[in-house]
Amino acid sequence: MATNEDVLVRIESVEGTACVVRGDDIDTDRIIPARFMKVVTFDDMGRHAFADARKEAKGKHPLDDPRYSGASILVVGKNFGCGSSREHAPQALMRFGFQAFVGASFAEIFAGNCTALGLPCVTLAERDLAKLMDSVELDPAQTVTVDLRAKQVRSRAGEMAAILPDGVRQQLVEGTWDATRVLLEAGDAIERTAASLPYVEMPGR
Amino acid sequence: MSDRPRSLFQKVWEAHRVRDLPTGQTQLFIGTHLIHEVTSPQAFAMIRELGVPVRFPNRTFATVDHIIPTDDQSRPLADDLAEAMMGELERNCREHGVQFFGPESGAQGIVHVIGPELGLTQPGQTIACGDSHTSTHGAFGAIAFGIGTSQVRDVLASQCLAISPLKVRRIEVTGKLAPGVYAKDVILAIIRKLGVNGGVGYAYEYAGPVIDAMSMEERMTVCNMSIEGGARCGYVNPDAKTVEYLRGRRFTPDDATFAKKAEGWLAMASDPGCAYDDVVTIDGSKIEPSVTWGIHPGHNLGVSESIPTPAGVRDDERAGVEEALEYMDFVAGASIAGTKIDVAFIGSCTNGRISDLREAAKVAKTGHVKAGVRALVVPGSMAVQREAEAEGLDEVFRKAGFEWREPGCSMCLAMNPDKLRGREVCASSSNRNFKGRQGSPTGRTLLMSPAMVAAAAIAGEVVDVREIATGD
Ligand code: SF4
Repeated sequence: MATNEDVLVRIESVEGTACVVRGDDIDTDRIIPARFMKVVTFDDMGRHAFADARKEAKGKHPLDDPRYSGASILVVGKNFGCGSSREHAPQALMRFGFQAFVGASFAEIFAGNCTALGLPCVTLAERDLAKLMDSVELDPAQTVTVDLRAKQVRSRAGEMAAILPDGVRQQLVEGTWDATRVLLEAGDAIERTAASLPYVEMPGR
Repeated sequence: MSDRPRSLFQKVWEAHRVRDLPTGQTQLFIGTHLIHEVTSPQAFAMIRELGVPVRFPNRTFATVDHIIPTDDQSRPLADDLAEAMMGELERNCREHGVQFFGPESGAQGIVHVIGPELGLTQPGQTIACGDSHTSTHGAFGAIAFGIGTSQVRDVLASQCLAISPLKVRRIEVTGKLAPGVYAKDVILAIIRKLGVNGGVGYAYEYAGPVIDAMSMEERMTVCNMSIEGGARCGYVNPDAKTVEYLRGRRFTPDDATFAKKAEGWLAMASDPGCAYDDVVTIDGSKIEPSVTWGIHPGHNLGVSESIPTPAGVRDDERAGVEEALEYMDFVAGASIAGTKIDVAFIGSCTNGRISDLREAAKVAKTGHVKAGVRALVVPGSMAVQREAEAEGLDEVFRKAGFEWREPGCSMCLAMNPDKLRGREVCASSSNRNFKGRQGSPTGRTLLMSPAMVAAAAIAGEVVDVREIATGD
């Protein structure tokens, strides 16, 4: 997986075509069925995104709809990504080609996992979301922009206020979403906290 | 430190705070990191790429549970992919000096079963594991989070997480549970009441006479499913039972220092009069044996109730109910009792402990698995397996027509050969009834307590375990 060794990767906006997957409470087992998790790398995960749902839909699933091919924004309903903490779910969607998610709401762990990968999850007011879904379904070739600086989603359906937690927005925009880097900056403070805990044995203590 | 009364959550948070991050999140030290074969290999690959070592190898502990077969565990594993994952975990542990509890250690098992068994899980700790049911460890008064693979990487590299503080909701379960009603029924009732998203942004503090009366294993069952109610973690304040459970465990201190340790543990409990962001009360005496009928754990009922009709539910629930009815192919308004089952599964990190197997065995003794039903009993760990076999529970189950298996996650999520086939209906003591969860994309799961699963296995259909005379 690519890491941002020396340069901070700032994610200020994602622009591209979008794909709509309707339905609420789409859980991570739906996004990536557990049987595809038996791997030691994420490399191949994209192919299996929504595998069962796509099989059931016999080619009619949005992810198989040629009108949506190459989409970089996934538009979804309520509580998207609920269920297990598996990061395989955002990994699968990212490797399928999605770089941002727009929905009514997202499951907490899913959204956290997305941030850690530099994938924004933004929510829209219910009415805006309905308009966006209709518009994209009608005209999938249009460009949709998820603008984190302006906190907006723009499309032919208009400019809509995009909601995401300030801290998350800041991390993406400033490029500090790669948490490992940020955490390691604390240096010795980590060992000092550890040493203050009654149950952590420090080497050499 | 001020002397304002604090909740356990606040005490643990403050003790483990390394610093506040500019994002408003906290850099939180993770005292105990548990890993398994599914979510760790990519994380190890990432730190290798970053060129950083494991910061506290002595605070990370590994086992193998998700992919391990429960029939033949001899190496190499029959499934090449499973063997590759297990081999990778062993290699990573060796390379980084992480202690691995594999089958040859005699301590292997589901990560959330072995943590407490070994005494790794202790009050006042922060615990993280790349598995959403890490909330289980909260039963000991630990703050325990399920994390994603990138966060596993973070913990390996820094022993910390960047995380936002949670609000705390105290859930008081009052009264006394009726016979035949178990911890599983309590957590299902809580999720039914508060919803599968009701806990988002909260830590759940479980309290009240019903929780106080519970054994540690029962508290683990309750905390285990916190995540199914949307809560990132759930906990019970440590008490004398917590201390007794931990006495003499492999990773708890020896007699000389134990009393002092225990004192420190008890002091972590929420102070009387501390503030909560929310308080909810549930009458425990009204809880029935519960069964799920739909496609998430909130879709559950008392066994005497009927499957909901789309017309009879709130507007915002209707679409979900319709979808669930269609997937399950159940009749709205029909009683859930009498639903035919094809498979019975007793096990998982929710209900694969010795007390669960004992309760199920009492029911198993009263009959024989119905012809045509496949019934599996999978102990949660090697220690549970040994204990059960010493008590002769394996024989009880075998005689009643159940298969007695080796420890692992098994059919909870079917990453190993134990899977539903086609449209099979499974009475399951696990924690998730999502579509396709048990290995068949069209398989159907009914969650219930282990005793209820055993009763269903014998009757071939959902029955009320209270109607079975176990001579108890
Ligand atoms: S038993 Fe099920 S829920 Fe528990 S750790 Fe294993 S797969 Fe996860």
